[in-house]
Amino acid sequence: MAAVGDLKDWQGETPSNERTDEPKDARIWQREPRGDNPFAQITDAVVRIVETPKPPRAWYIALAISLSWLGLFGMSVGLLVWNGIGIWGNMNPVGWGWDIVNFVFWVGIGHAGTLISAILFLLRQNWRTAINRAAEAMTIFAVICALMFPALHIGRPWLPYWMLPIPNQMQMWPQFRSPLDWDVFAVGTYFTVSLTFWFMGLIPDFATIRDRADTTLRRLVYGVLAMGWRGSSRQWHRYERAYLILAALSTPLVLSVHSVVSFDFATSQLPGWHTTIFPPYFVAGAIFSGFAMVMTLLIPAREFFGLKSIIEMRHLELMTKVILATGTMVGYAYAMEFFIAWYSASSYEQFTFINRAFGPYAWAYWAMVSCNVIFPQLFWFRKVRTNLGAMMVICVLVNVGMWFERFVIIATSLARDFLPGAWGYFVPTLFDFTTFLGTFGLFFTLFLLFCRYLPMVAVAEVKAIHPAAHGH
Amino acid sequence: MSESAETPAVVKEPEQLHGLLAEYTTPEELLQAARRVKDAGYSRWDTFSPFPVHGIDPAMGIKRTVLPWIVLVAGLTGGSLALFFQWWTSSVDYRWIVSGKPFWSIPANIPITFELTVLFAALSCFVSMLVLNKLPLPSHPLDRYKRFARVTNDRFFVLIQASDPRFDRRETAKLLDATNPRAVEAVMEDTASSATLPRGVIYGLVMLASAATVPFALAMLARVSTSERPRVHIVPDMDWQEKFKAQRENHFFEDKRAMRLDVAGTVAQGELRDDDHFYRGKVGGAFAKTFPAQVDISMQTMERGRERFGVYCTPCHGVDGGGQGMVHQRARALLQGTWVPPTDLHQENLAYKSVGELFDSMSRGIRNMPPYARQIDTADRWAIVLYLRALQRSGAAKLEDVPESERGGLK
Repeated sequence: MAAVGDLKDWQGETPSNERTDEPKDARIWQREPRGDNPFAQITDAVVRIVETPKPPRAWYIALAISLSWLGLFGMSVGLLVWNGIGIWGNMNPVGWGWDIVNFVFWVGIGHAGTLISAILFLLRQNWRTAINRAAEAMTIFAVICALMFPALHIGRPWLPYWMLPIPNQMQMWPQFRSPLDWDVFAVGTYFTVSLTFWFMGLIPDFATIRDRADTTLRRLVYGVLAMGWRGSSRQWHRYERAYLILAALSTPLVLSVHSVVSFDFATSQLPGWHTTIFPPYFVAGAIFSGFAMVMTLLIPAREFFGLKSIIEMRHLELMTKVILATGTMVGYAYAMEFFIAWYSASSYEQFTFINRAFGPYAWAYWAMVSCNVIFPQLFWFRKVRTNLGAMMVICVLVNVGMWFERFVIIATSLARDFLPGAWGYFVPTLFDFTTFLGTFGLFFTLFLLFCRYLPMVAVAEVKAIHPAAHGH
Repeated sequence: MSESAETPAVVKEPEQLHGLLAEYTTPEELLQAARRVKDAGYSRWDTFSPFPVHGIDPAMGIKRTVLPWIVLVAGLTGGSLALFFQWWTSSVDYRWIVSGKPFWSIPANIPITFELTVLFAALSCFVSMLVLNKLPLPSHPLDRYKRFARVTNDRFFVLIQASDPRFDRRETAKLLDATNPRAVEAVMEDTASSATLPRGVIYGLVMLASAATVPFALAMLARVSTSERPRVHIVPDMDWQEKFKAQRENHFFEDKRAMRLDVAGTVAQGELRDDDHFYRGKVGGAFAKTFPAQVDISMQTMERGRERFGVYCTPCHGVDGGGQGMVHQRARALLQGTWVPPTDLHQENLAYKSVGELFDSMSRGIRNMPPYARQIDTADRWAIVLYLRALQRSGAAKLEDVPESERGGLK
């Protein structure tokens, strides 16, 4: 390189990202982030998680447990492919059993990420930057888990492409006027767009890891993923426009997905399903459960990975407020269903709701009401909103409650419809449990790998909203 | 700084100089520097930062990107394609009747139209962001400068390219120096590393791309060619189904029949058959002499009877009912000694039999004639009886029975 004499040259500390005397294990996560300016500290706090050569034993133990559950999932699916869905408890009249309950459960959870990254972005809620990356990752993993269930539920899981409009030897097309086909398009689009949005957000952070990399493999892998991002302002300009547009596109999309899922029920003639409140009620429930799942994951993760300086208590408190608001909306929807059943003067509709609360599934109904309506009300108290243990317990309960909500909607309505002669009672089998637990294995495996190998926090976005970025 | 542009560049730099790089530590310094470089009239320059610096677009004079318009067009394309495709598939190519609903009804097609609008718009948004930004960009002269590695961490840079018409090594350096940078460095063109991918990688990619077309080519070939072998079923779940066919054994049941018998005394809807006249041809235990009320004595029934007679009776009894059917002639030709010849339906004793008895013989069989109740519907058997009566009548007809206009042909 030709020396340029008349140029002011830099003197002092190392000009590059080189680091020395770093501990090689996870102790690095617990020390103060390094750097002589807030931007460097933010980079260090997040990227060191990816760079640590040896993650702590706890991470390996968690991964081993997740992988064993994932193995259980593999075996359950294998047996299902071999034997058919008769290994599940699905029967007449409850033809939609745990598979559809779990599908709606996981899709619902998968709504928080895009809500946080898109709607809160449009509403200029800057605190979202601390959690949006992890929430979007959670969304993608939850949607992957959700997609497992319809694919298995179709009975011949090797033919899921029949749901897509592909020219075939049967000379037939999918039924585009069916809500089940709307589901294929809605969830498929949601997954693709969420993945695109997530990946686009990751590009500048991949570049950060690439530029700090001290091993060739890391520089190569993250370099390929960063696609040559170098932070040019002309590129940032287009990037920001694209990000804003994606947020604007994702906002109606995220609201449409659970609405479409609710159409699966609402467009049928079944008492307890055939209601117009379903789309907004499902969307509120989805945000409710999604935020609860984000908190369930992030409360331990921020402690474990030393991200307390970025994911602050304030952020958690704001999320508890969203949970309180959406939980109350869900409670309103439960009450309104009863009101409409009475107001409709339809004896079938009235019976369905009385049967839900006092019939053979009363245990599930009251589990749902207490988890979704009663416990989240504790978030009115500031002490509960700032207590990590209480938050964790309530968020897990919300997830349990939201699973029961879908179970109550599906099982109670199907089990006792018009003709008492055709009534039944759904009992799950062992394989219903193993398949469901297995998707948790899939979910946690993906999330643990995400925590370890991808930047858990949107580094560039957190820097952009830091006071130092605005010269204050 | 504008005067530097008027004087031609006296000190022409060596060709390998890419530009001058200035480093800053805060976004404010970068903004100030950007304003000064812009005011100096440079056009081939850029700034670099770890995050989008607020206010950098006006400071640099960056024009609004065309990206939103691309997204709009892509979204509209996606929406119209979705509508057109749904219309074409469900109301032109494969008309699918669902509960008598119209083949084409916009409201039911809106969800998919919406989803595809969003899908097309979002994907085009991402792709045009990459294309307009000229990404992926594997190599850049700045990559060799260690200080530039901090651009994605905590440093801010201005790069003025040597290819800018206003670039003058000394003047540009002076301009950058005046913006209070942390450092200024000359950036050389990267002549050492090759701009193209290694040959091995290119050949590998070409081979991979060609290999990727093979499955599609095979699929296309299969569509236009024929084969005598049956279609390959990877999962033969429809060829070997776990189910019991009618006459198979099933050890689950005590009698080992897969096909279950009705519970004794079961009568299906409309299958009681308690009308003796119609179903058995009897009235009060004796053969009925008249047709039952359900049989409509008309030319239409007669025609039906003739047609059914042609199907079921002519093989033995012959078209004229004389007992000289094809089966009989074949049996004689083979000299079958045990062959019982079919009855001549014109025999006198048959002509005097009641319709009920004829119906009964047909239904339950007689001598070596098998019963036809399982094969011929009840009403059709009565229709055959009606036709048979007409046939017998015609066999015993006199000249007076034939209409006068037709008599000439018979003589």
